[in-house]
Amino acid sequence: MATATAPAPRTALPGFLGVLRRPAVGKLLLLAVAAAVLVPLADSRWASGSWPGALTVDLTEPLGRASTWIIDNRDSHPLFLYFFGHVSNAVVLAVRAVYLVLLAAGWAGVTAAAALVAWRVAGVRLALGTAAAVLTCGLLGMWVPTMQTLALMVVAVLASVALGALLGLAAGLSDRTYRALRPVLDTMQVLPAFAYLLPVVLVFGIGVPAAVLATVVYAAPPMARLTALGLRGADAGVMEAVESLGTTARQRLFTARLPLARKELLLGLNQTIMMALSMAVIASVIGAGGLGDRVYQALASVDVGAALAAGIPIVLLAVVLDRVTGAAGSEGSAGSAASAGEGSEGTGSLWTGRRGWALAAVAAVAVAVAGRLAGRLDWPETWIVDIAEPVNRAVDWMTAHLYSGVPYVGGTADWAAHFTTGVLNPVRDGLQWLPWWAVLLTVAALAWLIGTWRTALTAVLAMAAIGVLGVWQPSLDTLSQVLAAVAVTLVLGFGTAVAAARSERCERLLRPVLDVFQTMPQFVYLIPVVALFGVGRAPAVAAAVVYALPAVVRITTQGLRNVDPAAMESSRSMGATGWQQLRQVQLPLARPALLLAVNQGVVLVLAVVIIGGLVGGGALGYDVVFGLAQGDLATGLVAGAAIVCLGLMLDRVTQPTRRRTKKGA
Amino acid sequence: MRTRVTRTTGVLAVGCSLLVLTTGCGAADMTKQSSPFANAQGAKTVTLSTQSWVGAQANVAVAQYLLEHELGYRVDTVQVDEVPAWDALSQGRVDAILEDWGHPEQEQRYVEDKKTIVDGGGLGVTGHIGWFVPTYFAKQHPDVTNWKNLNKYADRLRTAESGGKGQLLDGSPSYVTNDKALVKNLDLDFQVVFAGSEAAQITQMRQFAKEKKPFLTYWYSPQWLFEKVPMTEVKLPAYKEGCDADPDAVACAYPHTPLRKYLNADFAKSGGGAAAFLKKFKWTTEDQNEVSLLIADQKLSPEEAAKKWVRGHERTWRTWLGQGV
Repeated sequence: MATATAPAPRTALPGFLGVLRRPAVGKLLLLAVAAAVLVPLADSRWASGSWPGALTVDLTEPLGRASTWIIDNRDSHPLFLYFFGHVSNAVVLAVRAVYLVLLAAGWAGVTAAAALVAWRVAGVRLALGTAAAVLTCGLLGMWVPTMQTLALMVVAVLASVALGALLGLAAGLSDRTYRALRPVLDTMQVLPAFAYLLPVVLVFGIGVPAAVLATVVYAAPPMARLTALGLRGADAGVMEAVESLGTTARQRLFTARLPLARKELLLGLNQTIMMALSMAVIASVIGAGGLGDRVYQALASVDVGAALAAGIPIVLLAVVLDRVTGAAGSEGSAGSAASAGEGSEGTGSLWTGRRGWALAAVAAVAVAVAGRLAGRLDWPETWIVDIAEPVNRAVDWMTAHLYSGVPYVGGTADWAAHFTTGVLNPVRDGLQWLPWWAVLLTVAALAWLIGTWRTALTAVLAMAAIGVLGVWQPSLDTLSQVLAAVAVTLVLGFGTAVAAARSERCERLLRPVLDVFQTMPQFVYLIPVVALFGVGRAPAVAAAVVYALPAVVRITTQGLRNVDPAAMESSRSMGATGWQQLRQVQLPLARPALLLAVNQGVVLVLAVVIIGGLVGGGALGYDVVFGLAQGDLATGLVAGAAIVCLGLMLDRVTQPTRRRTKKGA
Repeated sequence: MRTRVTRTTGVLAVGCSLLVLTTGCGAADMTKQSSPFANAQGAKTVTLSTQSWVGAQANVAVAQYLLEHELGYRVDTVQVDEVPAWDALSQGRVDAILEDWGHPEQEQRYVEDKKTIVDGGGLGVTGHIGWFVPTYFAKQHPDVTNWKNLNKYADRLRTAESGGKGQLLDGSPSYVTNDKALVKNLDLDFQVVFAGSEAAQITQMRQFAKEKKPFLTYWYSPQWLFEKVPMTEVKLPAYKEGCDADPDAVACAYPHTPLRKYLNADFAKSGGGAAAFLKKFKWTTEDQNEVSLLIADQKLSPEEAAKKWVRGHERTWRTWLGQGV
């Protein structure tokens, strides 16, 4: 960004002076001067190489004591008896209530209700899709787990939306709150979910309450962010007009600001649902039950087919919820068209407005009662299609033929070995070989070149915190894996995006594939990944690439598409070939989108580090999993904190100057 | 300012009282919290914890099948790692652990001190952890089965991950392992590579076996994989009582552990038929392997595998129900 915005005084001030004028060089020079003074000082005092032991703080003892205290006092201390205990009970009761309603409605009732809601909100096509999706969950033999997950989701999403809307309201109405809240929300989103599963489990114990609360922490930020955004973005003219009518602040909020922010609020709801659903599987590690648990159990018996059977309902739920809430948010959808039609023309058709909703509710109840009377409450066991076996056979065939001995190109195992020795090892050894102050300087330089001195400071402090926590070496190991995965993701992602941006059909074909990549729980593809690449860091990188690719492709495609058509047209008229056009017009103009794609790629790859720990990635990911499995707060929490710091650092280093408005979108 | 403060406290007070109203008055008991999915629709539910290895799944599958078909319970299973499972058991989130490999610290805390968990008796299976090489490799090189000769083979056991040394494949972070200390204290030219999960480890071992490649791995019995990939144990310095007391100085083999069951104290007292049944549940290593193999290798669902075993072993399980044949 810096080079692009700099005036080009090269002709006026040639040579060295001209170079000095460029802010990027100025920043670097300043850093170099600072380094020249500080590095010899630091070097003489603590020596270079790995992070100095004198600058670390060992948290093992206090964290161990804290965890013992919690376990010993959980059944007797008033804090638990009168606060956490009630929170926990309330969550259990709420989830139970929703679950019982879903069970009482039976499969017919639930299907009918889901389809009717989709129809009212988003039209006939989505209603049919929704019904098909819900029925598929039953066909796969996953009815009860799906209902358990749904019950958990309903409660978690409601709580997240309530909390997010409250925070967003405060941030939207007060500048001071907005400023204070922003770093908090940033941190909540960069935090890998696994890192705070452990403390939540300690307090609430294994099971649903811990899962719901962890989900709320993860899913509330987008709602808060978008609510604040919507309230702040209210049209000044409209607000002034409303104010001149002599309304009170509260009236202004409810009659003008909130309705104007409808679109953002619905987008916030959409994002919250998606994030909550992605947490459903991770939460299974702490005993949340439902679909996530089925995926996790299938993983234990190395059964890809069974994992897929439980993974598909998650994908279907995600896609359906995404499309339906997305349609509700976009203008001119079937639902809003229907209600608008009623208001203006007063056609009084049976199926519009509030009456339509009431009729839909009656219809759903009727179907549920009919199902009940027919004695068909549970999903019939004969209607289950077993996909596990053919899937497993396919996976076995694939891994057997690709693993090694493909003529000429070797096999996936060989590639993985080459990738490990040729890319991962040198990058890791290089990073670990660098003196600690050199790492800090590099981080400072990168962050400052791309952002401001504030972002640089945050990045350096985050990196330094990793050293202080005493996990410098494993963190650099993790960093090397992240860098390698991001590089692969960007190469694949940009290539795919260019193709998708050029051809409508290609993009249409790509969309469902990306949906599946993005929402399929990572646990499902862990086994195939290991079967193809062997245990180690290579499969961890592969899993991260699969997860981060869709976002990179989507953002890049969008960026390339949005390039001003006039610029494209004029370059074409000047006789540029497709390749020239892409390289000289499209890519430079789409630069902000590309930078955002890099940033999202980094953040998403980092989110899969823990999953990498499950396939031999080692380093921080393994430590977090270890902490969770052994109830070892010291190991798990410190590694989790290091991942957070790594995330903050990488986010700042790759952050385009102008902060994007909706992260995680 | 004042009004705002009072309003906030008001909101807080209302919120708190709502919370108390919905969940009952007074103190909440963190030790009595069952799963929200338990006892739905008036059925009596038992919640069993299952661990990540297939043997544990086999126990649970058979117990679940009999509880459902012979005793009329609904069974929920939750997958939890070993140490958190103790925690969940103490809180009543799960009712029983059917296979415990020995957690002295947890036993002291929950069974002796807090008395929230009671011993449910032996499972009848003895567990053993050790280092293994595939039998096809051990046959070619019989001396590999002694730790003293392992360094000779370090070269052949090298992988991309082990960085110039031989690879000792370790598994899930939830397992009991002294391997890092062992490698150091026995002066072995090996690198411990953690697969991170049992699933990853099994997948890797099967891929090696398919190509008849040599490997050295941390593994344990009873385990169904021995039927698919025959493996031979590598002799480590003999185990003596207390030789593994200091985790940094361990230089001896792993002990043989009789596996035990544990029940939530309340459930053991008032769990009726289910609790009595789970206390009597006791079978052999062969029985467990039979079910494990059906689940993990033939990919039967745990329920079908349990059904198959139950059909063939009526004499065994009738005694668990307190009935003769």
